[in-house]
Amino acid sequence: MDKIIDKENPHFFSNTTNNADVKGKFFIGITQLAVVLIIAILFIILGIIVFEGREKFSWEFISSFPTDGMTKGGVLPAIIGTFILVVVMSIAAVPFGTITAIYLTEYAKENSKIAAAVRFSVRTLAVVPSIIFGLFGLGFFIQFLGTGLDETFNGGELHWGQPNILWASLTMSLLTLPVIIVSVEEALKTIPRELREASLALGATKWQTIKNIVLPGSISGIMTGTILAVSRGAGEVAPILFTGAAYYLATLPESLSDQFMNLGYHIYIMSTQSSDVEKTMPIQFATTLVLLILTLSLNLVAVIIRSRIRRKSK
Amino acid sequence: MNSQFPINQNFTKESLKKQFRLSEFLAEKIISSIAFLSITIIILIFFFVFKESLPIFHFGKSEKAKTEVSSESMPESYGSTSVEDLKPESYGSEPKEDLKPEAYGEPVSQSDLKPESYGEPVSQSDLKPESYGEPVSQTDLKPETYGDVVVEPLTETTTKDSSISEENQHQDKVAENNEGTDQTWSTFLTTEWVPVSNNPRFGLIGLLIGTIKVTIIAMLIAGPLAILAALYTSCFASKRKKEIIKPIIEMLAAFPSVVIGFFALIVLATFFQNIFGYDSRLNAFIGGVAMALAAIPIIYTISEDALSAVPKTYTEASLALGASKWQTAFFVTLPAATPGIFAALLLGIGRVFGETMIALMATGNAALLSSNPFESVRTFAATIGAEMAETVFGETHYSVLFFIGSLLFIFSFVLNAVAEFYVKGKLIKKFQGK
Repeated sequence: MDKIIDKENPHFFSNTTNNADVKGKFFIGITQLAVVLIIAILFIILGIIVFEGREKFSWEFISSFPTDGMTKGGVLPAIIGTFILVVVMSIAAVPFGTITAIYLTEYAKENSKIAAAVRFSVRTLAVVPSIIFGLFGLGFFIQFLGTGLDETFNGGELHWGQPNILWASLTMSLLTLPVIIVSVEEALKTIPRELREASLALGATKWQTIKNIVLPGSISGIMTGTILAVSRGAGEVAPILFTGAAYYLATLPESLSDQFMNLGYHIYIMSTQSSDVEKTMPIQFATTLVLLILTLSLNLVAVIIRSRIRRKSK
Repeated sequence: MNSQFPINQNFTKESLKKQFRLSEFLAEKIISSIAFLSITIIILIFFFVFKESLPIFHFGKSEKAKTEVSSESMPESYGSTSVEDLKPESYGSEPKEDLKPEAYGEPVSQSDLKPESYGEPVSQSDLKPESYGEPVSQTDLKPETYGDVVVEPLTETTTKDSSISEENQHQDKVAENNEGTDQTWSTFLTTEWVPVSNNPRFGLIGLLIGTIKVTIIAMLIAGPLAILAALYTSCFASKRKKEIIKPIIEMLAAFPSVVIGFFALIVLATFFQNIFGYDSRLNAFIGGVAMALAAIPIIYTISEDALSAVPKTYTEASLALGASKWQTAFFVTLPAATPGIFAALLLGIGRVFGETMIALMATGNAALLSSNPFESVRTFAATIGAEMAETVFGETHYSVLFFIGSLLFIFSFVLNAVAEFYVKGKLIKKFQGK
């Protein structure tokens, strides 16, 4: 109190406000600058990739095979490979992710240690470096499962015990599992408690309630999760580096035991291991543009669906 | 309905008891057992990644100290070979080891160097000592010896001859593996990472320093930027601005890391080289900047959540006491959200530490020991990514890469656990006054 009734500084309040205004503007300005900087960087990246990639980017580029040792031609096999990868990945990950989310919201009791452990491991899965999934895919799927399958069914002949689409997709599905779980859980939570209670009060059992009330209401959530997972899976390269991605294939993969080309991996090898990096620059930018369009548009769709869910729940 | 449930029916304990339904029971059991899958996956990941790295632990740990000591005196002692199995003395084949740079001409190992091979002055072969007097002997250059060569000199403890017959190599495969593990252990704490040679050295220190260097640079850029941006969004921005800014910054998270790596490799590297004029085009700084881009959305999202979770009463009390908006933001909201921001930084570190594609493409991939941020570095994750495809199953190099993988896994697991339990506990205590 002494300080406030300071005689030398009778207008303490106004004084501080003046100082604070200058200082305040400065500090608020800094925070604003950070926001502007981040957004600027983002648009610079986008702008440069779009600008450099637009020349080569055409329907022909998307729909043709690479030719002349990958110095000409398009990226069709990489797009198809990425497509197969995310489809198989979704088939594996979506059911498991949805069921785990149902368990967490519907069955798990509050304060249950087991549910806490499940939640913790889901979050851990989300932060484990993607290269570890690649190692796991190599150690578990290829060396353990694949080799095991070969030994029991193929008499030791190498068929499954090598990198292929199936193992790459399963590896990727582990990586995207948390994405799906989190989205579905969020959607399940927006379904009003009253709906569940009404269903139960009418004599429906818990499983009937989930099947007929909860799941239909969370379809959009499951869709969001799937789309986000697909977007993530399409962009990740580290997990498939040694579980199935191929440098170059002349044909499209015919079965799950084939290797495949992948957009992200294509960018990586074209920009670091290509015979002539300078010459293929337009192809690299165009490939990056394709991948970026794919992931960003998927994300945009997911964001729109999600904001609709949120508005509905409000 | 009335007839089915007459009002005067006696509700005994029996009749009120939940009826057992098989389908219900099964549904619940199946769902919860599938939910445990995520726990199982975590355990499996650790188990299998660690399992593949086990061979390097097999050999007697008691001998570890011994070999470590002797390996340090390696250069002096190889002349005085004794019949005992002192590893360093086994360099009757020492010249071979020196031939390594030439051996990089082999098709197998060339791909290993590819990331560095375009236009960078610093490549791995530059790092080796310059004293290779010996001409290349025929055995050394044979590509097919690649897999076995790793520990081969050790099996020939008493042989001074550098021309070792190939039959011998195959005969001693088992012993070779064990001896190799012994040496692997002893080289972990050195600084040289030379996995493909006759005398492989797996010095993790150089990689560790590289990883830490990149992480520090990335966090110095990403941390302040992301936190300040989060502060603006949660404290100063109007609701409409917030609804625009947040999705845009979070869109950065949708950029695949290979795209960021590509951007850094092609655009950023040239741009910064023109500004600073350093020698190596790809270096720790470029890698750090690129990884900062990957870490910003994570740090931003989590710290924004933490800042928004600070109870309104805090800010209202502060404003009522006469503090201005920025004072409230910096001296009340920010300190209150510290644990959450700490968690955000931890997860950001975890992301940068394990980032593979950016490290692979933008850091130059040469394990140099220097504190200069404009020198090439090689990180743990990039090492796995670059070399795993070239290793042979069961080889020491293969196991060592898996060992690095389990180190990364343990590190990210611990980071997440700390962020989860310690920070959350603190936040709850703070906000609920318990």
